[in-house]
Amino acid sequence: MLNIKGIWKSFGGLMALRHISVDVKEGDIKALIGPNGAGKTTLLNIISGIYQPDKGEVFFLGRNISNLPSTKIARKGISRTFQHVELFGNMTVLENIMVGRYVKTKAGFFSSGLKMPYVMKEEKEIQRKSEEILEYINLAQRNDELASNLPIGEQRILEIGRALATEPRLLLLDEPAAGLNIRETRNLGEIIRKIRKELRITIVLVEHDMELVMRISDSITVLNFGEVIAEGTPLEVQKNREVIVAYLGEEEEIQRGYNAHT
Amino acid sequence: MKKGDSLVFFIFIFLIGLLPVLSGSTYIMTVGVFAGINALVAIGLCILMGYAGQISLGQAGFYGIGAYVSAVLSLHFGLPVVVSLILAMVVAAMVAVILAVPALRLKGHYLAVATLGFGEIIYIILNEWGPGGPSGFGDIPHFSLLGYTITSTTGYFYLIWGLVAVVMIFSLNLIHSRTGRALRAIHDSELASNAMGLDVVELKIKVFILSAVYASLAGGLYAHYITFISPSSFSLFYSILVLMMVIVGGITNLWGAIIGAVVITVLPELLRRFEEFDVLVYGLILTLSLMFFRKGLVPILVEKIKKLRGLAVVKH
Repeated sequence: MLNIKGIWKSFGGLMALRHISVDVKEGDIKALIGPNGAGKTTLLNIISGIYQPDKGEVFFLGRNISNLPSTKIARKGISRTFQHVELFGNMTVLENIMVGRYVKTKAGFFSSGLKMPYVMKEEKEIQRKSEEILEYINLAQRNDELASNLPIGEQRILEIGRALATEPRLLLLDEPAAGLNIRETRNLGEIIRKIRKELRITIVLVEHDMELVMRISDSITVLNFGEVIAEGTPLEVQKNREVIVAYLGEEEEIQRGYNAHT
Repeated sequence: MKKGDSLVFFIFIFLIGLLPVLSGSTYIMTVGVFAGINALVAIGLCILMGYAGQISLGQAGFYGIGAYVSAVLSLHFGLPVVVSLILAMVVAAMVAVILAVPALRLKGHYLAVATLGFGEIIYIILNEWGPGGPSGFGDIPHFSLLGYTITSTTGYFYLIWGLVAVVMIFSLNLIHSRTGRALRAIHDSELASNAMGLDVVELKIKVFILSAVYASLAGGLYAHYITFISPSSFSLFYSILVLMMVIVGGITNLWGAIIGAVVITVLPELLRRFEEFDVLVYGLILTLSLMFFRKGLVPILVEKIKKLRGLAVVKH
């Protein structure tokens, strides 16, 4: 459903992505992994329209979306979370989800101010649906709290809930387990799997927690210095020599080479 | 409107109805009229700044456009006052679009300076090309509707506060809607707002237009009430005054705009007894209130009430 074809992106003199091509199959959980600075978040930002690629194209459901702004991409059915949580901090947990319903509703400036009957009906529907989503992600008991008052683990779950409220076909998660403890990470893994299985949403995930990645992904793409160095199932990737080198570093490799020599 | 708002609204209407009955003195009614005019401008700025997070130091510009356009159309072109008021709002809305499209790309201080510049440009235009130049012009017709003309200050008091009530209902509905949530979301995180598919640019322009329309309505009413206008009423000082009202009342609460407008309008009157020291005392009160009630009067009051309720619940 998502086809990334030959993406190049540089920031000033820094080449962040060099000719990246990745395909994501409908219904998959796809993980993007790689050392810090490999370009994973940059790629996510290009898919979601925050950056435009220098060269190359992104196709979503067969349509070229490479030069669309992020708000249009969101309306096409791609939603996301952020590495540094970007909740609406001065709004309640429920209101955050309700903002997610924006793309699926219509009430305009004037009709809202005049409180037309259809607006009230729609508003009730937004509220009902949002409460349902809070139930789904187990945050219902928090609905009246300010989003910024939640612990980081719940903030990350809430961000996923807000993304779900837009009813996406594709969900991009940028390091959803960062800052979470083991128990919270388990719970997160369960939620991600539930979303894929029950809501049939395709998921692309950037993550450093290897245990989580290996447990939930169907397919993994490994980036290093802006290039794809490996691709495959968790098992295949774990065995891949280049991946081990990228993660453990050159020195070890040199050391190993030296050992083999003598 | 929400439950709490409905109650406050009822009290608000009650007070408006009651004040002229309790004291019909022209002096009090005059202060009341000005408080109402200021409240209209302040409500618009409160939505723009407190909810959508966009700064404007140019509200006096829209206030001036409202006053001059409505006055000129009714005086020189003989249009009915209601029509000229509506046309003044349309002109202000169009000017707001022209200003908003480039200006709203700016953020924070830059937007503040751009709107400040806009206010000054309008002020200079009124001085140079406005009828009567710096000394202004008079004989502006009074407000009239269906053959009935309002000339008494009490009449204007009811008219203007009636309009404040209408504007308040519209605004409260707006901020508690899909659109209002979107505005607050933009305030908190533009990045996330875009990722959620919100029309960030369009919403910013619309809320800017709304604040301009409110200000121009107030300006028009001012012109028809006082029947004489000159550019000095529409200088930067007025923009700052409105900003003050919104901040003193509490920028995160729409009722704060009304309370702020009343306080800032009434305060100089109460300070008359200090004679030549009045400006000094005025400044002192404002400074102290900003130091000790930084969130503004209404939000602090709301917190107090919530706390009291919390205590009551614990006792039971």
